[in-house]
Amino acid sequence: MPYTFNTPDDERAMLSAIGVDSIDRLFDGIPRDMWLSRPLDLPPAMGELELTAHLSELAARNSPAGDKVCFLGGGSYDHFVPAAVDQLAGRGEFYTSYTPYQPEVSQGNLQAMFEYQTLIAQLTGMDVSNASLYDGGSAVVEAAMMAMSATGRRGKIVVLGSVHPEYREILDTYLLPLDAEVVTIDAPQGAADAAAVASAIDDRTACAIVQQPNFFGCYEAVDEIGRAAHAAGALFVVSVDPISLGLLRRPGDYGADIVVAEGQSLGTPLLYGGPYLGIMACREAFVRRMPGRIAGETVDRHGRRCWVLTLQTREQHIRREKATSNICTSQGLFALRAAIYLSLMGPQGLREVAELCLRKTRYAAERLANVDGLSLAFDRPTFKEFVVRAEGGNVESLLATAADDGFHAGVPLGRWYPQLKDCFLVAVTEKRTRDEIDHLATSLGSHSRTLATSHA
Amino acid sequence: MRNQQATQLLFELSKPGRRGAKLPASDVPARSLSDLLPAEHAAAFPPPLPELAEPDVVRHFTNLSTKNMSVDTHFYPLGSCTMKYNSKRNERIAALPGLANLHPYQSEDSLQGLLQLLYELQGMLCEISGLDAASLQPAAGAHGELTALMVAAAYFRDRAQQTGEPRRTKVLTPDSSHGTNPASAAVAGFEAVTVRSTPDGFVDLADLRAKLDRQTAVFMITNPNTLGLFDRQVREIAHLVHEQGGLLYLDGANMNAILGVARPGDFGADMMHFNPHKTFSGPHGGGGPGAGPITVRAMLEPYLPSPVVTKVGDRYRLAFDRPKSIGRVRSFFGNTGVLVRAYCYLRTHGPDGLRRVSEQAVLNANYLLAKVKDRLSVPHGDRCMHEFVASAAKIKAQRGISAMDIAKRLLDYGFHAPTVYFPLTVKEAMMIEPTETEGKETLDAFADALVRILDESPETLHDAPHTTPISRPDEVRAARTPVVRWSPSA
Repeated sequence: MPYTFNTPDDERAMLSAIGVDSIDRLFDGIPRDMWLSRPLDLPPAMGELELTAHLSELAARNSPAGDKVCFLGGGSYDHFVPAAVDQLAGRGEFYTSYTPYQPEVSQGNLQAMFEYQTLIAQLTGMDVSNASLYDGGSAVVEAAMMAMSATGRRGKIVVLGSVHPEYREILDTYLLPLDAEVVTIDAPQGAADAAAVASAIDDRTACAIVQQPNFFGCYEAVDEIGRAAHAAGALFVVSVDPISLGLLRRPGDYGADIVVAEGQSLGTPLLYGGPYLGIMACREAFVRRMPGRIAGETVDRHGRRCWVLTLQTREQHIRREKATSNICTSQGLFALRAAIYLSLMGPQGLREVAELCLRKTRYAAERLANVDGLSLAFDRPTFKEFVVRAEGGNVESLLATAADDGFHAGVPLGRWYPQLKDCFLVAVTEKRTRDEIDHLATSLGSHSRTLATSHA
Repeated sequence: MRNQQATQLLFELSKPGRRGAKLPASDVPARSLSDLLPAEHAAAFPPPLPELAEPDVVRHFTNLSTKNMSVDTHFYPLGSCTMKYNSKRNERIAALPGLANLHPYQSEDSLQGLLQLLYELQGMLCEISGLDAASLQPAAGAHGELTALMVAAAYFRDRAQQTGEPRRTKVLTPDSSHGTNPASAAVAGFEAVTVRSTPDGFVDLADLRAKLDRQTAVFMITNPNTLGLFDRQVREIAHLVHEQGGLLYLDGANMNAILGVARPGDFGADMMHFNPHKTFSGPHGGGGPGAGPITVRAMLEPYLPSPVVTKVGDRYRLAFDRPKSIGRVRSFFGNTGVLVRAYCYLRTHGPDGLRRVSEQAVLNANYLLAKVKDRLSVPHGDRCMHEFVASAAKIKAQRGISAMDIAKRLLDYGFHAPTVYFPLTVKEAMMIEPTETEGKETLDAFADALVRILDESPETLHDAPHTTPISRPDEVRAARTPVVRWSPSA
């Protein structure tokens, strides 16, 4: 037995103290006819050595970033993670503790939560932040529901088609049973037409949701859209790439009411999509409508500064069906990672990461645009991603051949955008080198010619 | 825990010009930033983050960590949270580059090892629950509840189209349930209706019968329930719910009591969620990550979120083309890292080991119950499953000592407190869950401390804890005048 350690003698003594003669008798509360009459049909137990070998074998049948050069993005990015993030967040006192319901023995987590909230407020230019949500996608939904409750408008939200398509799928899933209408404004040229967005926002609209930079890496006209939302009495919800805020204006500076983000970029590896970090910040007026946990400052009975979970009357364990959300366990460890990452980066470090992404992305875009058979789908500046069109149209084959050359070259867009079925999304982080970009261009060039010819 | 030193905030340690990270110089041709970034989107200054050196950051967070109790350092009998040992092998395995550095949009061909793991995990969860199909997408237990309720809503919408039966608008939850149950029902657009418990802690069948009707979509039961008792009426409950055409949902928070002993699918549940961060030892991370995979009966399978992992020949695939699916509840695949650890846990234990987990968890809880029941009342009997709920109501009436006082004083003795004031149906509740990864001597020491505390003066207890970095923070002040961020002026 790997992790239990009552000895047979202990067991006997314990059973006798309880007053039963066997462990089975402890399960008398379960009627016998509900007992499983056979062992579970599961593979037999493994020791640590065999388990490690087995998992290493499974791991060896995957091609991680690192084995292949990763140009994949779309909300999850191969950024550099400083060693101190892993070392500090890997301390057992952090990762084997739970939600700080006993503040006296949780000041470490509570202070870190308070610092995280402050860092996120500074990063986004907002007044307040919560302590985390599940991921960037469900954070968008929580923002929409918060806007519906704050405005009392439960029938309609407006979202740009350039918001991450999976985030929009989550919106559809959550809002369908509530009979709320999700109006999507397409962005056929890489960004939405602000006038079209404005005309879709009316006095029934709870919020307008924009992603900046958007899913294609392009910039939206956030000032105009924000003004249109406010003019109609709707809230302005912005989903951001936190790394971009090393260079871009903060949503708080252009009127956002609620800011959400996928926090994976801030010190978390790719992890095949999770666990990640849902970021949410808002204006002070909405703090009591926020979902999730919030740490607040106070003093103890000796007057010492300290931190506690606060505003808990928003939450499900107190309010049950009247809570602002059903969220309970979220992503504490990944909020901690983000706090450590941002403290290590500081303003200058974050700016340098953002600048490297921007410079290398433009270089990569221009290199790929010059490859025969490839072009840029949109004639717009982008931040750390861009959309490439393959003239042969066979994106899957092109990406598969690039994979043979050692590249995770891009994310095909046809699954979400039928009109972009000949396109893929390329992301370039600070980790990518000029050599890697040049080699990607060479690889795609040789194959796109071949594919274009074979389809001619 | 002995670190009494007041820790300054990161922002107070900041000094202009300090650097913690230096990035490489750009290796692509130099361009003016204004060529690359449209002026209207450019910030004038980078965000006002603190400026620190790496050693500052390391010392700061290391010192913070020493102010936490954790499973690695202390006995943590926090009822309902299953704070069991988090094995180190799982951490090392989950960090293997071949598992940790996978991008969610890699091709299936480059993920065959991981997809096999996830496919097999789906099957193992079905086997343990006695149900037919799984979704690994939900990110936490509450998220699993919500997902399952959305699946139920979709199922009933379909049925309404076929049969013309009216819309089902209600979800029933017992008054002893986790708060997430009614909250999830509300988020899914249902009216949450509370069903009473009997004085001995079980579902009040008369009240259930009175509230069940053709508008009832789902009854959510926690079994074993939050009092640590197995509700023997569960098959009858399932029958009553099914008779009205409804579905029975099982909140799987307490699965640690019945692994390999009884299966929810066999005792009538139609769907359930697991909490791998509880039952399968995923580290709780100071408030997550968790995961909330759900399993369901075959008739509900078409409605599960997409994608699910399938096997075609000897290839593992992500199935997206599922027209009846409710869609997505989370971006990407889900909390994969937590699922990898759950897989490791299940492979480490095997069928016999899993059953033994529950046997030892139940043995430990009953032993602790036997040790304390003469001094602290346990209103719901002499036996329990993996946890029990004691009440300090009598002691409070006699000596003015509350559950909170006892919980706080336990911290002085080097034990994390039990869950207090939950479930709401028990006065001065203390919910104690020792888990299976503790030995008799730890339980003895905890019981001794509890008994000793009951003999201490009420004043000592009201002021407890005495040895922790802080004591009894003013929570009212925190809520009345919320300060939820540091500000330069403060």
